[in-house]
Amino acid sequence: MAILEARRLTKKFGHITALDGVDLEVNEGEIYGFIGPNGAGKSTTIRILLGIIKADGGEANIFGKDVWQDAVDIHKRIAYVPGDVNLWPNLTGGEVIDLFVKLRGTKNKSRRDELIQKFDLDPSKKCHAYSKGNRQKVALVAAFSADADLYILDEPTSGLDPLMERVFQECVMDVKREGKSVLLSSHILSEVEKLCDKVGIIRKGKIIETGTLSELRHLTRTNLLVETKQPIKSLGELKGVYDITAQGQAVKFQVDTEELDSVIRYVSQFGVIRLESAPPTLEDLFMRYYEGEAHAERAGAGGAS
Amino acid sequence: MSKQLYAHTERLSRFIIRRDRIRIPIWLFSLTIASVATALALANLYPNQEERQAIAKTMINPATTAIVGPGYGLDHYTLGAMMAHQMLGITAFVVGIMSILLVVRHTRADEEHGRIEIIRSLPTGRLSHLTATILVVCGVNVLLAFMHGFGLYLLNIESMDLEGSLLYGAALGATGLFFTAIGAFFAQLSDSSRGTIGLSFAVLGLAYLIRAVGDVSNQTLSWFSPFGWVQGTEVYVNNYWWPIFLTVGIAFVFIILALYLNVRRDLESGFLPSKPGRKHASSFLLSPLGLNLRLQRTGLLAWSIGLFVFGATYGSVLGDTESFFEEVEIMQELLRPKEGVSLTEQFLTLLMTIISMVCTIPALMAMFKLKGEEKNNRTEHVLARAVSRTHLMSSYFIISLVSGFVMLSIAALGMGIAATTAMDNGIALSMFMKAAWVYLPAICVMIGIAVFLIGVAPKLTGLTWLYLVYSYVVVYLGGLFQFPDWMAKLSPYGHIPKWPIEDMAFTPVAMLTMIALVLIGSGYIGYNKRDIAG
Ligand SMILES: Nc1ncnc2c1ncn2[C@@H]1O[C@H](COP(=O)(O)OP(=O)(O)OP(=O)(O)O)[C@@H](O)[C@H]1O
Ligand SMILES: [Mg+2]
Repeated sequence: MAILEARRLTKKFGHITALDGVDLEVNEGEIYGFIGPNGAGKSTTIRILLGIIKADGGEANIFGKDVWQDAVDIHKRIAYVPGDVNLWPNLTGGEVIDLFVKLRGTKNKSRRDELIQKFDLDPSKKCHAYSKGNRQKVALVAAFSADADLYILDEPTSGLDPLMERVFQECVMDVKREGKSVLLSSHILSEVEKLCDKVGIIRKGKIIETGTLSELRHLTRTNLLVETKQPIKSLGELKGVYDITAQGQAVKFQVDTEELDSVIRYVSQFGVIRLESAPPTLEDLFMRYYEGEAHAERAGAGGAS
Repeated sequence: MSKQLYAHTERLSRFIIRRDRIRIPIWLFSLTIASVATALALANLYPNQEERQAIAKTMINPATTAIVGPGYGLDHYTLGAMMAHQMLGITAFVVGIMSILLVVRHTRADEEHGRIEIIRSLPTGRLSHLTATILVVCGVNVLLAFMHGFGLYLLNIESMDLEGSLLYGAALGATGLFFTAIGAFFAQLSDSSRGTIGLSFAVLGLAYLIRAVGDVSNQTLSWFSPFGWVQGTEVYVNNYWWPIFLTVGIAFVFIILALYLNVRRDLESGFLPSKPGRKHASSFLLSPLGLNLRLQRTGLLAWSIGLFVFGATYGSVLGDTESFFEEVEIMQELLRPKEGVSLTEQFLTLLMTIISMVCTIPALMAMFKLKGEEKNNRTEHVLARAVSRTHLMSSYFIISLVSGFVMLSIAALGMGIAATTAMDNGIALSMFMKAAWVYLPAICVMIGIAVFLIGVAPKLTGLTWLYLVYSYVVVYLGGLFQFPDWMAKLSPYGHIPKWPIEDMAFTPVAMLTMIALVLIGSGYIGYNKRDIAG
């Protein structure tokens, strides 16, 4: 069942079109990874979903309620962590956490202290003395001590160290186990890969690809490492083969998933000694879309665009 | 050795000047122009000696002495003596503020933001940055001294000769140096820019207070304050230079101390332990209103004290209104005397106009804090939780409204108390309160404009201040410039009846309240509709 549904969201800031028809659907108990290059429109989408800015067109519902009209009701069941956490310099972290928890209208003291310990945060420090990562921890502790049904996290880990990153991932897995949903925008693709059931890629204000990771992988290339008795002749001329690099005796290359069958048949003629295949990482996938854009831009330079 | 400590000091100084290439000239020119303009104004207001002597008489009372200092040459009150008496102390206070802000901006604040770390990673000396900052701010103060010296001298006022004018400037510059040193010193002790500014301002305020108490009770006490030294120069009367050397010498000691402490400490640490704050929020904090009160607490407190003193300043001169007005013609134009009411009472209601306008400032600031929070991306924390926009805006609106009322009352109280102690035939305190409170509808309109602009056109909020300045010019100074009446009627303050010396006029007051309500209503609607930036 969809907990969050957005259809054809558009938003302009003056002449800049930030969103150009974004569709998004997060189901109950699902962790949705929201990725895309800088300025693609992730934060804008999230702000619309929070009712902080108003979409020019399209509609968005959370828990079946309109995100703009019923913002306050929706927010009682949402926890949000912004990417850039600005806090009040003269309040302590502990005070801010209490305030945030209280403003949502629920309380969960024990969880708060447990999380402060887990994230290794000193709640008695004034916020001006916190580093970026520590400010983020304040927002994360406040978010996860809340007993929310949907967690909206906008690049929540950009300032965390690897240890804290792991604590964060545990927290996300915990809420998933409780059947809660998460919308996670992130640039850390390994994190998205590890946590998310579904991924949406946004570029220039449009969702260009969405699906489960395995569905997405299907659309892309597999990495192969092959060592053969005789050198493979004219590998580069095969359809669907890219990025060939020699690695000692072996060659490494990528194959379009739909051409995998024919490429393997061809390669096997040369006497395979070693064959390693790795599924494409999310990074490969992302890079392909991203580079695609860069190519298109270069090719289209001077054009109508 | 010295390379380790001071490498690239000169280059860093130039960098600091470049960063402040607008800020520094603004300070320098606005201070100098204010001083020169005041001297000119005094010369125009009191061209002859009898008038000045009359003023000198009104100046001898404890309230005035506490605020501006004891004054020298009161028996031969030349324009120079008058200028040094009425302006020097207060200008020196502002120069102190300037120096502290400039120093902290380039020391602790930069350090807090991690900018000094980058500079220190470059081949610069350990003390280069602090030294460069001190050099630049000292340079600013020296420049200020000369600008004042020559600026005042060039007015060609007889009693303001070159030596006196240079001493006047030097007194300001020396105070500036002193507080430059204080700022640099506390930047080593405290580990935050807020702490540094707080401590330095505390010293500044305390110094002024010691001088005020000393001047009223025991002059020896005043010599424990740099402001006492400044006034001890007896500028334009006896022209003593030695207090300047004293001030600069002590400033130098603090600078050496600051440099010494700077070498001894780690980057981003301070000598004063930062005490841990609360781990849990008090229940008071846990609502938008509580949060807001907590954030604005210090500012509002400072304004209350300031406005009490401001009111008291006016109150202390109120007793001498009659003699004052008889002798100074231009004042009568400002007031346009009226039959059947004492001049004092009439002057009182005129003063309330300006007091109510000044009291509008903290009220507006409390309201505009909502926009400031949005700019700093902090309203989204509140709005992303179960708080409606109406609720959020109300928490600012209430504080703004209440502070408008409280500030007005405090200022009127200060004025009333000072006036009744300074005057024999006292006016009842209730009259002061009434004359002040009648301005509340005008303040409400100003707050209404602020709410409206925040809700509908947040980029234009600055217009509110412009409108306040317009109101000041046309309503308060209107009599002086003989503006046509309709110009005053374009300001809410121009519609307020001079109650209680005139009859209470309910129609304009009701109209103003209506206008305020409409503005506030539309502001709320706008705020509920628009995008929040953060
Ligand atoms: N208030 C605003 N005014 C004008 N333009 C804006 C505003 N907010 C966002 N934009 C523009 O909208 C586009 C989308 O921005 P958005 O912040 O949503 O990107 P993002 O995907 O979150 O990027 P990042 O990964 O850098 O956080 C950008 O081109 C940005 O410049
Ligand atoms: Mg973003």
